Amino acid sequence: MLWACILLPQLALDGVLRRRPPSDEPLVLVSGPAQARIVHAANATARAAGIYRGQRLTAAQALLQQFVMIEHDAEDEARWHRLLAAWAYRYSAEVGLYAHAVVLEVSRSLNLFGPWPRFESMLRDDLQELGFRHRIALAPTPHAAYVLAGVHDGIAVTSPDILRDALSPVPIARARLPIEATQGLPSMGIRTLGQVFGLPRAGLQRRFGTELVAQLDRLTGDEPTPIDSYRPPDAFEQRMEWTHEIEHVEALVFPLRRLTGDLAAYLAGRDGGVQRFELELEHRSGPPTRVTVGMLAAARDATLLFDCARGRLERLELSQPVLAMRLVARELPPFVPAGRDLFDTRPVHAIPLEQLRERLRARLGEQAIQHLHRTVDPRPEKAQSDVAHVKAATLPETLPRPTWLLASPHPLRGPPPEVLAGPERIETGWWDGGDIRRDYYVVRTSQGQCAWVFCAPGEQGAWMLHGWFA
Amino acid sequence: MTEILLPADGVGELQLVLPTLARLTREARTVMVIAPPYVPYVAGWEARGVVMSCVDIVHADERDVLWAAEQCLRSASCAAVLAWPVKADDRSLRRLQVAADTGKALAFVFRDRRHAVQASPAALRLELEGTPAWQVRVRKCRGGNPPVSAVPLASGWS
Repeated sequence: MLWACILLPQLALDGVLRRRPPSDEPLVLVSGPAQARIVHAANATARAAGIYRGQRLTAAQALLQQFVMIEHDAEDEARWHRLLAAWAYRYSAEVGLYAHAVVLEVSRSLNLFGPWPRFESMLRDDLQELGFRHRIALAPTPHAAYVLAGVHDGIAVTSPDILRDALSPVPIARARLPIEATQGLPSMGIRTLGQVFGLPRAGLQRRFGTELVAQLDRLTGDEPTPIDSYRPPDAFEQRMEWTHEIEHVEALVFPLRRLTGDLAAYLAGRDGGVQRFELELEHRSGPPTRVTVGMLAAARDATLLFDCARGRLERLELSQPVLAMRLVARELPPFVPAGRDLFDTRPVHAIPLEQLRERLRARLGEQAIQHLHRTVDPRPEKAQSDVAHVKAATLPETLPRPTWLLASPHPLRGPPPEVLAGPERIETGWWDGGDIRRDYYVVRTSQGQCAWVFCAPGEQGAWMLHGWFA
Repeated sequence: MTEILLPADGVGELQLVLPTLARLTREARTVMVIAPPYVPYVAGWEARGVVMSCVDIVHADERDVLWAAEQCLRSASCAAVLAWPVKADDRSLRRLQVAADTGKALAFVFRDRRHAVQASPAALRLELEGTPAWQVRVRKCRGGNPPVSAVPLASGWS
């Protein structure tokens, strides 16, 4: 067994920062009761000014005159944590959540994703893309990976034999042992994990209880670690809110890219697709504006999802400023990737047909793309429909049909045309109230066009134009 | 890209392109028909060999026709694109020409005959004449001199 641990040192801060356009202004997360506000996290600019975690807010305000202050939201942080677990689920079937960290079992994943250095860089690229700072370590037990990630970013211990050596220099304060041991051991002159391993177990157990010994056994792998395996939820829901109001649709594009990117990461982890999702734009008053984004087939590509959602959003007229946006995806059908020919000669920048159709539909409207099918009805108005029908039987021999059909027939203007062929009587439709009784002719107009016209039975005049032989 | 100039609708413009469309759709390649002036009559198209399940009919506003045509051409996922732009200038047609080159797709643009006096970036420019008989006059063809006499076209109803 090999476990990778992804430690997220700034989970709460990154969760806030990734919602905002990149900027250099100092930003501080605050928590605690109203009388004793303390700094929960600070971004790089604020830290450079001397603000640190745990500082009193009044002290921070004395150091720096102006900074953006945001209330820390534990629920929000937990949501980001779950999102990352959903993302990690893509790489491993066994994913566990530790405080500020995600652990995943990777020994079998390595067969699929290649040797560890390549796999590690894949993980790092993904996290970079998602906007989370991280430290990664690999070890034979999840707890050891968790401890090592806190000490040394990028360390990889692949065999249990050298695990003890790797853990030995870790200081007690960072070994994530039970709290009384962390406080008690240094006062006994024990500073590193290596020294703890050297102590007699019976004494340790008497002094600190069974919890410490069990923890050490889990660390070295002498005892298996129970892991609550993460199971991804069956629906995706993500919300973003702003401190200011957004009045223009263009300003929603940046948060939208984040939301659809998160959705794509979630879908990839679940090996699923999405065919329809909803965007809810929340306003200060009144019900939220809902935008439904539907696609022809299940998709999970981040660019495609973003393209579709953006197309729908851009056609929207905002009646009120937007305070928050929520993306909800409930129907998650299985995703079947489209196969591509190995000897495909299409250019590299080509986009697949499905994506092209989505793009057209996003801008031109849901009903913009139509496929026409022939029906068995002889009436020209009903001879075709955009709903797929049963295979139409071969039609009896008739006069040829035109290539253009007018949406509704209108009188033929100009001098009387020259009749080329006809008449062909079409008389049917009594059963559904749309009965017609017409004689169809092929005529040539004075301009040289070939037209498909009809008139009342038995007459040759008052021509109604119904199609062109183009 | 081929530009086809028409004196009126229904003078054999589809007859020029339907054999090509028939060949492409029989190979299961997609053809986009963007903003046609009338409804394509399935029986008529099928009688000329076109497989209608491979034909996408795109309804677009006046201002979106060129955008849609360019997207389709550039995507390289359709074999041919038929478009009926209402307003198209030299620059927008050049964009289509470039898009057709990059996407390796056939573009057919149908316009009114009164645009014949304007210069056009199209590789082939055909003008249809309805009277006295249907005929095609080649206005421009890249890499050669256009023939002087018009090519007669069989009347399209049979």
